[in-house]
Amino acid sequence: MNYVGEQFAQGEMFLPDLVLAGEAMKAAVAVLEPEMARRGAERKMLGKVVLGTVAGDIHEIGKTLVGTMLASSGFQVYDLGVDVPIGTFVEKVRQVNADIVGLSALLTTTMARQRDVIEALDEAGLRPKVKVMVGGAPVTGSWADEIGADGYSEDAIGAVAVAKRLMGI
Amino acid sequence: MIRPTLQFLSPDTVDRVIEEAIELLQDPGVRVHSPQALSLLSDRGAQVDLEAKVAHMPAGLVQRAVETAPKSFYLYDFEGQPAVHYGGDDVQFDPGSTAIEFLDYGATTSRAPTTADFVRYVQLADSLPALDAVSTSLVCADVPQEMADLYRLFLVLLYARKPVVTGAFAVETWRVMKDLLVVMAGSEQALAEKPTAVFDVCPSPPLLWSEITCENLMDCARYRVPAELVSMPLTGATGPATLLGAIVQHAAESLSGIAIHQLVNPGAPIVWGGSPAAFDMRTGTPPMGAIETMMIDCAYAQIGKSLGLPTHAYLGMSDAKIVDAQCGFESGISATLGALAGINMISGPGMLDFESCFSLEKLVVDAEIVGMAKRLVAGIAERETPLALDVIRQVGHAGHFMATRHTRQWFRQELFIPSAVVDRDFRRNWEEKGSKDTAQRAHGRAEALIAAYQSKGLSAEVVAELEAITLRRAQAAGMDRLPPR
Repeated sequence: MNYVGEQFAQGEMFLPDLVLAGEAMKAAVAVLEPEMARRGAERKMLGKVVLGTVAGDIHEIGKTLVGTMLASSGFQVYDLGVDVPIGTFVEKVRQVNADIVGLSALLTTTMARQRDVIEALDEAGLRPKVKVMVGGAPVTGSWADEIGADGYSEDAIGAVAVAKRLMGI
Repeated sequence: MIRPTLQFLSPDTVDRVIEEAIELLQDPGVRVHSPQALSLLSDRGAQVDLEAKVAHMPAGLVQRAVETAPKSFYLYDFEGQPAVHYGGDDVQFDPGSTAIEFLDYGATTSRAPTTADFVRYVQLADSLPALDAVSTSLVCADVPQEMADLYRLFLVLLYARKPVVTGAFAVETWRVMKDLLVVMAGSEQALAEKPTAVFDVCPSPPLLWSEITCENLMDCARYRVPAELVSMPLTGATGPATLLGAIVQHAAESLSGIAIHQLVNPGAPIVWGGSPAAFDMRTGTPPMGAIETMMIDCAYAQIGKSLGLPTHAYLGMSDAKIVDAQCGFESGISATLGALAGINMISGPGMLDFESCFSLEKLVVDAEIVGMAKRLVAGIAERETPLALDVIRQVGHAGHFMATRHTRQWFRQELFIPSAVVDRDFRRNWEEKGSKDTAQRAHGRAEALIAAYQSKGLSAEVVAELEAITLRRAQAAGMDRLPPR
């Protein structure tokens, strides 16, 4: 996976290679994890990320690429899918004790839901415990600042660096 | 005279694309997130899975819809004259649509557009002779998002004489936008008889009609306001990696739209349009300037034409960030290919950065490209018989052709005469005029046209009515008064 990541960064490999490597890694982990558990070892994860496209928005691909990148970089990713209600984000963050929540929006009209999720996390008392990353075509750094998000990236590769920074890695 | 045309697909391939698209509408079917559309489809013979919100459309239903869809129609300008002909091989252009960023002259960083930018944009777009329609090109950031779609149309109605290509962001706002158009037309019936606007409706790839777009599509049919289908598979991402695969998916999504639309109101006008892209496998972006993007567009237009439908495409754009060489060559190639493909409405001039950023200078440069593209498809005419025997004999070996009656008679019709944005000066003259590059020259023309813009002279009552409708939506969204213009 690291090799594929390097090759991608050099422009020698492409997104389908990266996604396929991520899928292969996921399949391998599913086989290896029970075996590791049996031997008393534990897979060391960089952090837990809850991820989804906000309510009213059905756009999937950007969010899924970010999920693949994060998972293959060593994060535990809980992908909630698209058109995710505000409450579902809050519930999942609480349930898995997430370190980071990632909110995707492709439309200017649904971007505002990112703010709503942050406010809901705040009301639920979870905001001090969880970092918020936002992304999507219309999302900018100044929008992230405006709504009080902790991180923003323009693309999936950058999202990994942001997530690591937020985890203090 | 031969009209130069561009075709990518053999007749056999065209048939196979349509056959596979119709098969896809049966299995796996189309996801439709509108309960109303699902129930309508179910009533008319589609097998509907309400749980999964999937409609399996029988071939007959789709074929009947294609038959009832009109083969051509006109858009009218706001003075009541037919201005855009959707149908046949007529080629027309309008600016790109729905930019969320605006590039100031000379800037390398874009910013969110405002009302003031929109007013300048629409005055310029209305003034550029090469453009046949205007668009709701900018999303103004100085009004609440809940009304941003209808606010763009409000500003267009205040300043534009040309018809408008637009679209709604929500179910309710479509109806408000229709109300704004009705103020201009006088009645719903008058709007249906002489439509001044076409609404883009975008299925989500692969094979999904979201509730908003589906309701917009059905509202267009109900009120007989033209709808423009904008299917947008991204190769290898939200559609097949092969160009032909993307064309099949585009056909399936478009045919499903026509089926829903014609079930609501047979004979309502609808356009076979789109905005697919050849997904970039390095950056994950949808490049509008990729040659394969343009090839898919031209080929799907060929499919639409084979069905006898009016056509549209998002072409003439660039992924460059500023008005530079990439901006010029991508836009130039793209608009030229679209014109050769005989696409009725080509949306794109002015647009940079993956259809997200608008530049007035680019709009002015693109207007020159449009002028050339239109000239290209007008072809090489046989003006006289004999072709040239008489005039060449008349001039003989001695002279020049400048003073002949023949030259005076024909040169204006033979040549597309560009504005000063296109540099054809001798070098010394160019230097004496300030050695200006393309963007500088375009800026000068943009400022001159905006300064020369004449008010369209709407009556105070019409303005008040448009303002009242828009202000109601602003206030509902928490804004007390509209931004100054």
